[in-house]
Amino acid sequence: MMEFFEIALLILLITTAVGISRVRNLISAVLVLACYSFLMAAVWAQLGAVDVAFVEAVVGAGLATVLFLLTLFRARAQDTQIRRARTPLVALLGLPLLGFLLLYAAVDLPPYPDGRDGQDLGKASTRVAAEYLQKSYQKTETPNVVTAVLMDYRAFDTLIETGVIFTAGIACALLLRDRAK
Amino acid sequence: MMDFFQATFIPGVMMGLALLSTAYLYRVLCGPTVFDRMLGLNGISTKVILLLLVIGTANDRVDMFVDIALGYALLNLVGSLAIAKYLEHQGDAINAMD
Repeated sequence: MMEFFEIALLILLITTAVGISRVRNLISAVLVLACYSFLMAAVWAQLGAVDVAFVEAVVGAGLATVLFLLTLFRARAQDTQIRRARTPLVALLGLPLLGFLLLYAAVDLPPYPDGRDGQDLGKASTRVAAEYLQKSYQKTETPNVVTAVLMDYRAFDTLIETGVIFTAGIACALLLRDRAK
Repeated sequence: MMDFFQATFIPGVMMGLALLSTAYLYRVLCGPTVFDRMLGLNGISTKVILLLLVIGTANDRVDMFVDIALGYALLNLVGSLAIAKYLEHQGDAINAMD
């Protein structure tokens, strides 16, 4: 029964993705994209990745929609129409073939870990999580485990991520300042 | 009784919610005006909030999922307000073209 639900959810997701490429104006595309994010968040939650689901909901459905709409505020109404060219035959034949090849390759992947319904969270995560919970304080002297992982074990990752976000923020600030003049 | 609840009832409810979202999805994808699409989107988001709570019940982690569902509902409100603001601003022009 659960499998039917997952298949239904994935069919809805694919239908939405096809719909995004069919709609005729940008405001509708934004709405359908938000719909896609909602369904995607449900898929993440079903797979047990609750944090990812939350980020998908916050960024995908909330923030991205608002940012797209802010951009559309600046556009004239006739500029929000989409004129679509006919789909080239290469794409029509090649992309399903590519999808089939990816599915064929996915058959060789190792089997899905046990406990997908949240009882035990897969083999890798149970093994590693216990290790972090017990030993992170002795190794890093940081009381909070999340902070220990983020700022000690993955310090370089976090540093470079911060650099990326800082650069993006500066670029946005410069662009918007020119716009205001 | 508990077996029936876990094995049949909860997946059935999830399946039902997914089927209900199909109806809304039809409105979002085909709806003749932007307003139809917006209402369809609101409907889908309420269905997904319910779906999150049911998934949480199925996984015995309702407390965590309730927080997420609440955050979801708040964001949905912000998104709806932004769309409404946009339509107030340029709705007539959009609607005339659709």
